[in-house]
Amino acid sequence: MEDSGIGLWGVPLAILAGAIRVSTPFIFVSLGETITERSGRINLGLEGTLVFGAMTAYAVAVMTNSPWLGVLAAMATGAAFGLIHGWICKWPKVNDIAIGIAMMQFGLGLAFFLGKSFIQPAAPHLPAIPLGFWSDMPQIQAALNINVLFIIGAVLAFVLRWAFKNTRVGLILRVVGDSTDAARAMGINPDLVRLLATAVGGSLAAIGGAYLSLYYPGSWNEGISSGQGLMAVALVIFARWNPIGCFLAALLFGGAGALGPALQSVGVSQGYYLFYAAPYVLTLVIMIATSSPTRSLSGAPGALSLTK
Amino acid sequence: MTVETSDPAISIASEKTASLRPVLEWIARRAEPIVIGLTAILIGLALFSLFILAVGKSPATLFQLMYTGGFGSWFSVQNSLSRAAPLLLTALCVALPARLGLVIIGGEGAVVLGGVAAAAIALPIVGTFPPIVVLVLMGIAAMVIGGIWIGLAGFLRHYRGVNETISSLLLAYIAIALMNQFVEGLLRDPASLNKPSTKPLPPEYMLGNIPGMDVHWGLVIGIVACIVSWILIEVTSYGFAARIAGGNVRAAQIQGLPVGRLIAGFTAIAGSFAGLAGMVEVAAVQGSANASLAAGYGYTGILVAFLARHNPLAIIPVAILLGGIDASGGLIQRRMGLPDATVLVLQGTLFIVILFCETFYGRFKIFNPDLWKRSL
Amino acid sequence: MTKLLSMNRRNFLQASAAGALVTAAPGLLSSRALAQTALTVGFIYVGPKDDYGYNQAHAEGAAIIKALPGITVVEEENVPETVDVQKTMESMINLDGATLLFPTSFGYFDPHMLAIAAKYPDIQFRHCGGLWQEGKNPANTGSYFGYINQGQYLNGIAAGYATKSKKIGFVAAKPIPQVLQNINAFLLGARSVDPTITCQVIFTGEWSLAVKEAEATNALVDQGADVITCHVDSPKVVVETGAGRGAFICGYHANQSPLAPEKYLTGAEWAWGNVYSDFVKKAQASEKLGNFVRGGLKDGFVKMSALGPGVSAEGRKAFEATQANMMKGGFSVFKGPLKDNKGNVVVAEGKAFAEEAIELESMDYLVEGVVGSTS
Repeated sequence: MEDSGIGLWGVPLAILAGAIRVSTPFIFVSLGETITERSGRINLGLEGTLVFGAMTAYAVAVMTNSPWLGVLAAMATGAAFGLIHGWICKWPKVNDIAIGIAMMQFGLGLAFFLGKSFIQPAAPHLPAIPLGFWSDMPQIQAALNINVLFIIGAVLAFVLRWAFKNTRVGLILRVVGDSTDAARAMGINPDLVRLLATAVGGSLAAIGGAYLSLYYPGSWNEGISSGQGLMAVALVIFARWNPIGCFLAALLFGGAGALGPALQSVGVSQGYYLFYAAPYVLTLVIMIATSSPTRSLSGAPGALSLTK
Repeated sequence: MTVETSDPAISIASEKTASLRPVLEWIARRAEPIVIGLTAILIGLALFSLFILAVGKSPATLFQLMYTGGFGSWFSVQNSLSRAAPLLLTALCVALPARLGLVIIGGEGAVVLGGVAAAAIALPIVGTFPPIVVLVLMGIAAMVIGGIWIGLAGFLRHYRGVNETISSLLLAYIAIALMNQFVEGLLRDPASLNKPSTKPLPPEYMLGNIPGMDVHWGLVIGIVACIVSWILIEVTSYGFAARIAGGNVRAAQIQGLPVGRLIAGFTAIAGSFAGLAGMVEVAAVQGSANASLAAGYGYTGILVAFLARHNPLAIIPVAILLGGIDASGGLIQRRMGLPDATVLVLQGTLFIVILFCETFYGRFKIFNPDLWKRSL
Repeated sequence: MTKLLSMNRRNFLQASAAGALVTAAPGLLSSRALAQTALTVGFIYVGPKDDYGYNQAHAEGAAIIKALPGITVVEEENVPETVDVQKTMESMINLDGATLLFPTSFGYFDPHMLAIAAKYPDIQFRHCGGLWQEGKNPANTGSYFGYINQGQYLNGIAAGYATKSKKIGFVAAKPIPQVLQNINAFLLGARSVDPTITCQVIFTGEWSLAVKEAEATNALVDQGADVITCHVDSPKVVVETGAGRGAFICGYHANQSPLAPEKYLTGAEWAWGNVYSDFVKKAQASEKLGNFVRGGLKDGFVKMSALGPGVSAEGRKAFEATQANMMKGGFSVFKGPLKDNKGNVVVAEGKAFAEEAIELESMDYLVEGVVGSTS
């Protein structure tokens, strides 16, 4: 009997492969939310934006036979959702956390409604770069079959970090996020900046959704998301609003998500539900460990209404 | 209160309307939420109608079906009431902490764990105790577990500064995983072959229907819980302290109010109500704990609470309204060929519009009671 | 009988579709004949109708009977297994005039369908997959299911000839008897070709969770499996992911060959159209409907997808021979001596379970050769 399995090595390999595969939506959503939160606004509706982006990308890809047009369409709808969120939240007395939840429910409902006729058809997938060509083993080749979006996301994380520090736009964003009054004193319109920041954030989140439906798992149906949009918001806090931190945290998550099936494949199948809860437990533990009741979270934008 | 004026005509007129003033003042104060709320609902329905027109269907038919399916016959009304019953409790799980300024959206977790706790405690005592004792113990077990779960989110918020919206949601996901693990593993009834469940309650132990109606007692439990919550918030000093803390935590702490204990206490009470919803689902509907406990009642409860502006008494009609919308969903699907997500779009639209209309409170002078106190 | 007739007349006057039928249908002359043949049938699905899987199979069956004369079909999808389904059933009975209901998800049976059946003794309810018991459950209810493990056995034969690594994989939702029967049948079919073949199973824990299903498929292929099948509500993700990794695919529930034409070997599909047509014709003729209806390949409850390009000539021969054998009836997929994967004997030497053996419906083990555990 030919043994083409890789035994226990399957677990770390699966974690690595999973970290790359499963993390990509987290990367984009958390980077988008970082931009939004750096401007002082919290957008909890990204789950709805993500799913709607997934649906739009899939639908457009089916209709035009081009996955990249699907991604662009998703970016447009994500920006639209972000603009709606941003515009509504600028009015006084509107609770932006509650609006986020409402946008989430609205986005999910609209996505399921419009996406009904796209559950069956198959859409063309986004391309992947086979970075594992140096290996003979099919498992390593498959694990290192990295999607273009992952690479874009990684690059984006570094670009954002540089941009926050070194560009004028980054400075404006941070000033608005730290103090609305200081921004006004500088002649900046905080509402406009937040509006644009939320739109950009929504756009990136929608790319994360497009990845889900056009690459992994590569299908559109109503169960496509398992809370990635919401967990990404938690990731941003964990990563202290630092884009590189978001990237690393997303990788951590992806790995944790791949743990369950990987362990089952090597025979550890007791209590598999508990392994499936691993990403959520991990997020919670990290949030508890890194939060403090007295000091405001270091790096938190001053105008953010997170724990006011 | 008379008006100081030198114009005899006005003073005579003011004297005549003096008796009306307190009434008008009362109306002005109460009218604001009702007028703005109703306007918001109408705007939401109008936007939704535009959406339906854009999809090529008739909004008039849709609203007619909504009425038929939700309230058009005794059967429909009972359908709506049945669906509203769990929402009453899960909405309280959002509304009570919201008065403290906390946004808790993880009620679903408390519901499922409450259901598991209720089923678990029933296992050893069924048969040895009469039904009423078993049901009460199940309720207590569910309330304790639910209270601990959401209370944990409140505790983490005050003592560790962890954002309660995110933590309660994470706890909800973890709770669902735990529920699945218990129901399929430890507590599984071997006879529940193709649908892993706990051992079913014998029929005489189940929570029955309200006499003369096709709706289970859970509805009454929910209404009672809403009334108790209202009394807690509006009448007791504990509730008063909570509302102050909700307005301004710093001021409350300066006053010496035990903010930490208030937060922990309120979130625990909120969670206990959600847990009770899980117990009702087990005792009145399913007969056992299984994966169907995660039916989204916690999430719909969020919408009910916000629509009711976190007022426990207002939760009752709002829950019934939403139950009616849900109830008509099936009819809309069958008669108009629209997907079941249509109801979700309506709920989402209403939610957004109602939240947006918060900005209009205090803007219109006509609702200002002070206006009516003085001249007319 | 009179009550049934009068209810039918009242109901189809209410339902406008049937009302149109009264004026439009040719050849239906006497009103007594109209009352007998016009029938409103309700279908309830737990998920979307076009999921390329479980619900789609039922919807395809419903579509077949829609075309029959005198039949009006009302369908509702995405109905959760809570009080919602009870209210949906009542709504179909009261507002649409349905007199025959098919709640198709397993979780609808107890307590929901039983509760409503007790309230409406004149309406017929038939449940997919439930375990109807004489005396215990009301006479206006019943259950139907197919011996799809025969289909998975045939899948296993095709897999046995196609696998080069001698490892096959199974992505399963939950370890319930219906799923365990399928896993075991898949392996036993493969082992009838080569007794050294092993099957690895990964449980996702949910009936429909796309990311977990994709991860599970990848994990199976990483461990060397080169033929994959599954038992989840919508096999679309497993099929696409597995074929994308270069594995062969055996389909389930419905025909997924359009998703992976080169890699699709064959598939075990439901043929609910036959089952529903049979029920509906009996109902229209006012005959008694069966309460415990089961059938396999022979009875047309289950069918196999056409064999794909990956099946060798040898494999095709073995496949067709076994299929012919099953068509005669009495074929035992599970026969002794059979051990489970922990070493216990589960079927003694000389004993054989024919397809209709009731013991199979409470299976709780994985046979020797299956790598994985049920909890």
